[in-house]
Amino acid sequence: MSNMRTLSFDAIIIGGGGSGLRAALELAKSGKKTAVLSKVFPTRSHTVSAQGGITCAIASADPNDDWRWHMYDTVKGGDYITDQDAAEYMCSEGPKAVFELEHMGLPFSRFDNGRIYQRPFGGQSKNFGEGGQAARTCAAADRTGHALLHTLYQNNLKNNTTFLNEWFAVDLVKNANGDVVGCIAMCIETGEVVHVKSKATVMATGGAGRIYASTTNALINTGDGIGMALRAGFPMQDMEMWQFHPTGIYGAGVLVTEGCRGEGGYLVNKDGERFMERYAPNAKDLAGRDVVARSMVMEILEGRGCGEKGDHVFLKLDHLGEEVLNKRLPGISELSKIFAHADPVKAPIPVVPTCHYMMGGIPTNVHGQAIMQDADGNDRIVNGLFACGEAACVSVHGANRLGGNSLLDLVVFGRAAGMFIESALNEGIDYLDASESDVEAAMKRMTRWNESTGGESVAALKTELQSIMQNSFGVFRQEDHMQEGVKKLADLRGRIGEAHLVDKSGAFNTARVEALELDNLMEVAEATAIAALERKESRGAHSRYDYPDRDDANWLKHSMYFPTEKRVGKRDVNFKPKTVDTFEPKVRTY
Amino acid sequence: MVTNITNLGRSGLSDWLIQRVSAVILALYTVFIVAYLLFNPGLDYVTWSSLFAQTWMRIFSLLAFISLAAHAWVGLWTVTTDYLKSTPVRLGAQVVIILAVFVFLVWGITVLWGA
Amino acid sequence: MLQVSIYRYNPETDSAPYMQEYQLDTQGRDLMVLNVLEMLKAEDTTLAFRRSCREGVCGSDGMNMNGKNGLACITSLSDVVKDNKLVLRPLPGLPVVRDLVVDMGLFYKQYERIQPYLQNDEPAPAIERLQSPEDRDKLDGLYECILCACCSTSCPSFWWNPDKFVGPAGLLQSYRFLADSRDTATRERLSELEDPFSVFRCRGIMNCVAVCPKGLNPTRAIGKIRDMLLANAT
Repeated sequence: MSNMRTLSFDAIIIGGGGSGLRAALELAKSGKKTAVLSKVFPTRSHTVSAQGGITCAIASADPNDDWRWHMYDTVKGGDYITDQDAAEYMCSEGPKAVFELEHMGLPFSRFDNGRIYQRPFGGQSKNFGEGGQAARTCAAADRTGHALLHTLYQNNLKNNTTFLNEWFAVDLVKNANGDVVGCIAMCIETGEVVHVKSKATVMATGGAGRIYASTTNALINTGDGIGMALRAGFPMQDMEMWQFHPTGIYGAGVLVTEGCRGEGGYLVNKDGERFMERYAPNAKDLAGRDVVARSMVMEILEGRGCGEKGDHVFLKLDHLGEEVLNKRLPGISELSKIFAHADPVKAPIPVVPTCHYMMGGIPTNVHGQAIMQDADGNDRIVNGLFACGEAACVSVHGANRLGGNSLLDLVVFGRAAGMFIESALNEGIDYLDASESDVEAAMKRMTRWNESTGGESVAALKTELQSIMQNSFGVFRQEDHMQEGVKKLADLRGRIGEAHLVDKSGAFNTARVEALELDNLMEVAEATAIAALERKESRGAHSRYDYPDRDDANWLKHSMYFPTEKRVGKRDVNFKPKTVDTFEPKVRTY
Repeated sequence: MVTNITNLGRSGLSDWLIQRVSAVILALYTVFIVAYLLFNPGLDYVTWSSLFAQTWMRIFSLLAFISLAAHAWVGLWTVTTDYLKSTPVRLGAQVVIILAVFVFLVWGITVLWGA
Repeated sequence: MLQVSIYRYNPETDSAPYMQEYQLDTQGRDLMVLNVLEMLKAEDTTLAFRRSCREGVCGSDGMNMNGKNGLACITSLSDVVKDNKLVLRPLPGLPVVRDLVVDMGLFYKQYERIQPYLQNDEPAPAIERLQSPEDRDKLDGLYECILCACCSTSCPSFWWNPDKFVGPAGLLQSYRFLADSRDTATRERLSELEDPFSVFRCRGIMNCVAVCPKGLNPTRAIGKIRDMLLANAT
């Protein structure tokens, strides 16, 4: 390994999506030696696909809006395992972060008075659930993620951020004390592998929706940061919590925004009935995503699904009129025509609940510092490791994320991590250097693939993994199916450990990238499966036939998955916001 | 901003404007000449040279020649910068073009105002 | 059986690029070109191409399909296949890294050159800067660009002078900021563009408009920049 090049930074940010770019911007302004390392050119990151908007109490649609109401919705939406200090931080800091984005140039849609346009989204209320539906999601038509990601990239250009574009982070490098002191990374264009040394390593690697066969996620969402952290032995939090978005286009999995329902669209079954009126009499189609997704599956299972196979429902938009569709939902009309062959001006869009978002991830505090537990179950900071965005579990989303909260999460906690790292660097960070054997340990799996001479193909193993997850860990779960799933995954892990990388060339070898991604998918899938099996209740996105009720006595907790022992423990949820009263758990209805 | 020293107007905007204005002048001149030829079917040398003996026609023609020279220079300069990637070749071609344009222009003037 | 012919080049093993023939049983489905590539790659893992969102918003998989640039993920076989044959080549005019992957360095450099970020020298207010819906409407058809490079790599002016001509994508973004009522750097932006190459190498042939997968119109934006330059200088 002695011939391997070393790059040194104060901070390395792995991932060029919304949270990574926001963190990078903060650090670039500080003048620290920072780089963003991204496996795709930053504007190809999955943030670009976010549509509906960024939820934040900027008091535009309603001048009396209050961030506390937003916080209440967020805590309730998360079925009360949202950390209330984190939700408090996000909702109260949110307006600052959104105004900053606007000042950076984000082309928000506007109201007649010139302020940022806000639309209603699911799970939003005024006055702590008492004042009816709120309109709190700031939007740039239905391309908010695209507008946000490009704006952040542009401002990073303005501030001369260093980019390592099309570089793939392979594994974390830990020193003898267990501190994270960098990573191994590969330049995809040339195949060169380098040792990246850094005092702070930020996981901004996004989600891992590709563990499921049907997902709204980009093909690049393979949970690379989660995989790296798990292999380094760090625990994951709430990995059983996967959001299924109600409206993925049937067959293609492509997302159509909740904003469609926010603008007045609704779901109908084969009889043309607006069935959400039965499941959520007040919020109807704008109930929490988990509630809507479950209701759709119930309709389908009870024989009221649409189409020949009765396996989807329709999203009706035609009554909104061409003008609203063109003005507020132009991207949706385009996607629907391309992927569903349906023009929403005339025909409803066939939709089905589709894997969309990972609520779990690397447990962190509000500064983005990764957390692990000591032998007594107390929180301990992981030196050198940070996480933000979907890869992190702060946890503001608890058991179910509200629409529009992900973009806010990205910018608020990306910014927070950047600010914290800057001050930590100013105070001085000094960790023990990694030894040659530490670096070699991080090279292990890369070497394994490079030396493989036979075995199964990556593509086939990936398909198998995705179908196990789809069949055993979907919208509804039950013990026996999950048991079987866990067993199959254990078997699959062995086979992936012996799989074959046929093409060993250096230049732009996407086969090698996909092989390395498969390891990460495997880690995420197993953490999800084992945590899901362990949580014996139904809460938020985690619904079990065999334990249909929420069990606050035992499970008003975060789950913690420990990879070394493959054990699931618990971690206390934070119920101590600093400036508002605790939101006590209540029965969650919409 | 890309800096150039060999284009005509030193700015893309002036080149672009020159190209358009000269094109309009050339179009007018062409229309005039074609119309003149159509309306004078039995045209002989005396009529033709008396047309060019008039001062306004000489000025109009000179304007057209200058327009042609400018138009040709801007257009051919663009062509050389598009297709000739070797600097000596491109510079050589540009020198040849500008000499030719100059020669034709002066020749045109002597024809108009010469004996 | 669909006949697929793909441009192949691996700098480590090939002295020259070549076209490789594949056959694929689509079972009569109207797949997207990206699906075809993914299916072929499952069999031949050496095939390299970029992809990410697979829904036409990330701009990764711009390529030349049967002679026309577009995004593989939102181009269906029925849109593009003629006589049961699909020919895939990398975007024209940029250096090939491997197979269908091109080096986009020059393209990004031209994008960076136009200072693609809002500039406003007035102190920011405590809330957002106000903008009327009418002023915001001026950004429609501009901000949606996904930097896929389909337009610039179909433009002969960009082929000949990729180092000097900003190209349709960069100019569309340039106008996106010129048109933004919140941007105050109009004069500086224009002064960077008045040379004979940056904008004026556009000859209005509109290849960019014909290929843009997002239905945008860079030629119109370039015309508007020219109008602004003229108004500014006369």
